Amino acid sequence: MPTKSSKSASADRVAVRKTYKLYIGGAFPRSESGRSYPVAGPSGELLAHAAQASRKDLRDAVVAARAAFAGWSGATAYNRGQILYRIAEMMEGRHAQFSAEVQAAEGGSEAAATAQVDAAIDRWVWYAGWTDKFAQVAGGSNPVAGPYFNFSLPEPAGVVGVIAPQQESLLGFVSVVAPVIATGNTVVVIASQERPLPAVSLAEALATSDLPGGVLNLLTGSVTELAPWLAGHRDVNCLDLTGVPPAGRVPLAEAAAENVKRVYSPPAFDAAADPGLSRLTAFTETKTVWHPMGV
Amino acid sequence: MTEIAKPETGFVYAPAPESAGIARLKPSYGIFVGGEFRPGRGEAVKTVNPANEEPLAEVAEANAADVEDAVAAARAAYDGGWSTLPGSARAKYLFRIARAIQERARELAVLESLDNGKPIRESRDVDVPTAAAHFFYYAGWADKLGYAGFGPDPRPIGVAGQVIPWNFPLLMAAWKIAPALAAGNTVVLKPAETTPLTALVLAEIIAECDLPPGVVNILPGGPAVGRAVVEHPGVDKIAFTGSTAVGKQIQRSVAASGKRVSLELGGKAANIVFDDAPLDQAVEGIVNGIFFNQGHVCCAGSRLLVQESIHDELVESLRDRLATLRLGDPLDKNTDIGAINSAAQLARIRELSDSGVAEGADRWSPECTLPERGFWFPPTVFTGVSQASRIAREEIFGPVLSVLTFRTPQEAVDKANNTPYGLSAGIWTEKGSRILWMANRLRAGVVWANTFNRFDPASPFGGYKESGFGREGGRHGLEAYLAH
Repeated sequence: MPTKSSKSASADRVAVRKTYKLYIGGAFPRSESGRSYPVAGPSGELLAHAAQASRKDLRDAVVAARAAFAGWSGATAYNRGQILYRIAEMMEGRHAQFSAEVQAAEGGSEAAATAQVDAAIDRWVWYAGWTDKFAQVAGGSNPVAGPYFNFSLPEPAGVVGVIAPQQESLLGFVSVVAPVIATGNTVVVIASQERPLPAVSLAEALATSDLPGGVLNLLTGSVTELAPWLAGHRDVNCLDLTGVPPAGRVPLAEAAAENVKRVYSPPAFDAAADPGLSRLTAFTETKTVWHPMGV
Repeated sequence: MTEIAKPETGFVYAPAPESAGIARLKPSYGIFVGGEFRPGRGEAVKTVNPANEEPLAEVAEANAADVEDAVAAARAAYDGGWSTLPGSARAKYLFRIARAIQERARELAVLESLDNGKPIRESRDVDVPTAAAHFFYYAGWADKLGYAGFGPDPRPIGVAGQVIPWNFPLLMAAWKIAPALAAGNTVVLKPAETTPLTALVLAEIIAECDLPPGVVNILPGGPAVGRAVVEHPGVDKIAFTGSTAVGKQIQRSVAASGKRVSLELGGKAANIVFDDAPLDQAVEGIVNGIFFNQGHVCCAGSRLLVQESIHDELVESLRDRLATLRLGDPLDKNTDIGAINSAAQLARIRELSDSGVAEGADRWSPECTLPERGFWFPPTVFTGVSQASRIAREEIFGPVLSVLTFRTPQEAVDKANNTPYGLSAGIWTEKGSRILWMANRLRAGVVWANTFNRFDPASPFGGYKESGFGREGGRHGLEAYLAH
């Protein structure tokens, strides 16, 4: 189905419509379940049928994320920074498309949609710059009382499960995934249930930014159906509950205790606020290394 | 084995015991709430000396009502000025505590060895001085929090509920209390049921240092008291050190409640020895890694990964070294291996060790006469251990080492990381680039290279994966006690 933005160069040309699919392991599959669900704009008009991911899709996404972890966490911070910056470049070139999709998904003015896309692109640039600076800010050497060299540094925690904010379809999504992958984690993210389409289009920018397949895996569908499997998955290290209303968080946070997941559960999400460091810190571990000094 | 002659040296170690009287044991102890010492309203429990099963003192434990009182006292102290006291004033209180621990170091060391069973050499040289150093370190942070990297004006969280284990009773109390107070929080601390005594002497020290009443409250008790502290709605932050199973229960019980949590849980550390390692140093590191504190150490190097080509040579050296360890009276200054802390822990060590034999590993211990009374377990080495074996997967928390082999560095990394835990790891090799390559890939919060089991107040400590989250020690340790 077309989005509102599906404009054709000439009025009489029949537009080529896009199928909105999942993004797993660098590929764009439909749900293995064959399911889809209708996505409507703010006034109820049909925008598209999005893939309705299943538990199996989610498990496949975790496998892809785990497989990608060694390579992505082992890439140099400089390399990760360049790739995140490349994502911003890819978005900039498709600015008009993203603006139209955000406006179609959320309503509101064209100016507001444009501002959201601006902010989303700028957020990639902000985190692109952090990749090779965070370890210097969060780590350092420790003056222990003995003949040892001792240093601490932040390391990515592993595979992070994220439920993206439900309102800001693009800026919200970028704000939660960019800090996770900036430090070298890989991610399985469930997009806004009602407004998933801008995130799916963003995956196309990711796929053309040299981001290795599996670093970011995108699911669309029912948060209620998918989130418990994500929260309870034994090979997921962290859980970001930003996109779940507070009343729905308790069972997910309980399931997360099964393998001592790090749970990030901010009371509120403000896409316009200074992102700060909390999302970088939340999904990193501090490693401390000792070695004797002597001749 | 204190009095056994070593035929290869001819030396006999004469007993060199510390006097138990130095501990100034009292017949009974209670709880410390709102600045007052009083009997708890829970059970009266005898705490025993694990080296001879003799009762040391009676402890009137806390009950749920005492938890209510303690949380209320901590809240009143928090609101009543501690959280807004200038950092420089909080610092001075903490410096006082550090100095007072140093003043009473010998008393505390003897008391710790009596109550816990650990060798006096360790309580004297590690537990007590490190506890004092921890207070001294965090004292200095109290008026510098704005420079710690957690925002320009970081705030305390509130009342911290802290539950600690029996393996380093005083040191764990220091790890919990010092950063909490430096950041402006108040504390309700529950020591372990089998080792409450040094925490209660610490309470005396805190009282003598004139800390405002209620800033620190100490509640001896069992698991029910711990649960009441953790689940109390007036507690804003929970810090727990103990088993992974209990840690998961705590995480579940406070899920999405808004309470902050830090967990320091179990481990199954790999201590990895390459063929180019200096073998004598590695053997010392292996012994320290698994037999320090009878192996009652969450970061103990309980899985020895040896490069295949040196397996036989290393195991032989290790056995020779173990034959010289002296097991016996914890108060004897010559003792290397003390008593197991409790009958329950001894039963667990025995059960897991028996499972190792049942699963086909080869068990070895040096010739070793165990005292007739008390809880004792000889240093034990299993060779021929499979990765799937229970003794290679489960935390034994005792003086039991499982030896496995590897051929390549990558295989060592894969085997070391093949565990749900991720607290610590050791690397022994002369090759610097290999140390850094390994350190980078080991999924563990502390990596010791050519050393093991080193601790320092300035050095962050804590785990990856199911070994918990949050760090204790260093600048990083403040994060767990600051609102952000």
